[in-house]
Amino acid sequence: MLMAATFAALSMGARPAAAVDLTMYYPVAVGGPVTKIIDDIVSRFEKENADIKVTAVYAGNYTDTMTKAMTAMKGGQPPQLSVLLSTDVFTLMDENAIVPIDGLVSDKAWFKEFYPAFMANGQIDGKTWSIPFQRSTIVLYWNKDAFKEAGLDPEKAPASWDEMVEMSKKLIKKDASGNTTRWGVEIPSTGYGYWMLQALAIENGQKMMNEPGNEVYLTAPKTVAALDYWVDLSRKHNVAPAGSIDWATLRTDFLEGKTAMMWHTTGNLTAVKDAAKFPFGVAMLPAKERRGSPTGGGSFYIFKSASPEQQKAAVKFIQWMTAPERAAEWSMKTGYVAVSPAAYKTKAMEEYAKGFPQATVARDQLEHAVPELSVHENGRIYKFVNDAIQAAITSSQKPQEALASAQAQADRVLRTYK
Amino acid sequence: MSEIAATSKITPRRAGSQAWWNAVNAWLLLLPAAVLLVGFTHYPILATIRRSLFVTKRNGTEAFVGLDNYQAMVADPIFWKALVNNFWFALGTIPTSIALALIMAIWVNRNMRGRGFLRLAYFTPTVLPMIAVANIWLFFYTPDYGLLDQLRSLFGLGGWNWLGDPSTVMGCLVVMVIWKEAGFFMIFYLAALQQLSPDLDEAASIEGASRWYIFRRITFPLLMPTTLFVAINAVINSFKLVDHLVIMTKGGPNNASTLLLYYIYEVAFTFQDASYAATLTVVLLILLSAVALVKFGYLDRRIHYQ
Repeated sequence: MLMAATFAALSMGARPAAAVDLTMYYPVAVGGPVTKIIDDIVSRFEKENADIKVTAVYAGNYTDTMTKAMTAMKGGQPPQLSVLLSTDVFTLMDENAIVPIDGLVSDKAWFKEFYPAFMANGQIDGKTWSIPFQRSTIVLYWNKDAFKEAGLDPEKAPASWDEMVEMSKKLIKKDASGNTTRWGVEIPSTGYGYWMLQALAIENGQKMMNEPGNEVYLTAPKTVAALDYWVDLSRKHNVAPAGSIDWATLRTDFLEGKTAMMWHTTGNLTAVKDAAKFPFGVAMLPAKERRGSPTGGGSFYIFKSASPEQQKAAVKFIQWMTAPERAAEWSMKTGYVAVSPAAYKTKAMEEYAKGFPQATVARDQLEHAVPELSVHENGRIYKFVNDAIQAAITSSQKPQEALASAQAQADRVLRTYK
Repeated sequence: MSEIAATSKITPRRAGSQAWWNAVNAWLLLLPAAVLLVGFTHYPILATIRRSLFVTKRNGTEAFVGLDNYQAMVADPIFWKALVNNFWFALGTIPTSIALALIMAIWVNRNMRGRGFLRLAYFTPTVLPMIAVANIWLFFYTPDYGLLDQLRSLFGLGGWNWLGDPSTVMGCLVVMVIWKEAGFFMIFYLAALQQLSPDLDEAASIEGASRWYIFRRITFPLLMPTTLFVAINAVINSFKLVDHLVIMTKGGPNNASTLLLYYIYEVAFTFQDASYAATLTVVLLILLSAVALVKFGYLDRRIHYQ
């Protein structure tokens, strides 16, 4: 009886002989039921493509997913494709882990469908190493009720650094014993601190790295000034809480009204929209010398160790996942920027944006966007920069000193790539 | 029965082959354990030492670099920070958790109402998975929303970023680890206390010794073997902590809570630098071997076993 049942189950589960198995690792770095959304889209792909089976494995945040993929590769069991930070490209190339996608597609026009700002990170030496998927930029979220309460125009976000400080001072709220119950603005310093610092540096007119990915500019006066401004928000102007601000709980702070403004990824937009009990706005980041934000988020990579059939199937899967209708759906369900202009022209997206104009801010900011900090030995460099930011934010070191030490360590690591 | 009959028939000439057979038998019986020990302890140690003398190039080939990795380590500020952190962490957790374990064991060794419940309560932290423990304590430490800050707000105090402040993060971890370990060590003390003969206590009280005197001169010395065992475990545990750091602090802020093993994990898996991770592992090996040497070479001989 049991055996018969097992046999029946096995034969039902059996797939046609031509079936290709793909394993994909993917990260989640924002709020909302992202794993459910992925599972749903993947199962629809499988229904349409009976000969391809995709196992989507949630592998933690971006760092964890990269760790898992690299460890699996060294253990001889790599996934066939993965969503990893667009900036992991140098490390993946150095480790000989991925294949360029040019050779796998017949129609190169496909690459032109994406926003050039998103393709920039993945195109090196004339080859395309990744396809953008859950891409983002940093945006400013603001609480319109708080603005109204502070006597500010609820429809106008700060346009410059100075304006952000001035507005924040008005937005601060204290209780009877003098403790702050609402801060003006919060910028997360854990997790992706380097990303936020890069945004500030870009706005200040400073690049953080060179194109070949073997130099970083952490001690450039304008980078230091960017970190100074960040630290001053809490130390000098008292409009942000002292000490580090956690990437993961910042969304809660904003939703609970503990901060009137926050800098966060647009990938959180839908999670904020679903949970906010107050009207809120989304704006481009304020300018110093110029507007600007680094792009961010994850792209698809195809692993070298996959068989030719698997690589072909992976391309098919990626093309399906990034097609305009899916890109629009993904953007609406999460808040990530849809990766192609065509996605914004779909009927569903146009209607959505009409009722919720906040959904297009990150896209509009793309024209000011700069590729995210991406160099060889990315993991190490990120750690040095993040450590320096934390040292400065927690006042254990002056921004200048902290960045000088990070620069020295980064130089030592990057020396071998020159 | 038949075996005994067989042995009695052995002639002196065959005794030699019998001894040989006994030796083979003994080795065969030891073989499974020996294979595991060599395969999972001795070989990895040697492989680690070897690997620390090489670097793996990006194309997968290895090159001998001698002590280069060790030189890089000496120049690595994060390594020194992790080492110093580990020292303070061990100093913070070991004596306190052992003292607390002893007090708890003496407490629940007495005849009293609700003794079983109390023992269970003390032991609960030990059986919880590490990740669950980390999440429970995150609930205490989270700024503004956490239990500690909720209590502070009752007294009109503002939120405090417990894990995000370099001056408090290590203390927070130490408290959590003591909470987790003390109950575990208590079990050993409890077992040891129940082995002690009540005659000694009685004899001493007839002589008019005070309770403190009995504890100091009789109970505590007799518990020394347990104390040693527990202390060794505590030292090992203080170098073993990694899960909590992954969940709670990622070694931050600015490496204020990075411990040696977490740094090894980060170098090996996040930075994919196996040879430097091996170098750091050798340091960990040396530290733990030194602890073992002190135990077997010195302490063991000074302790009275019943």
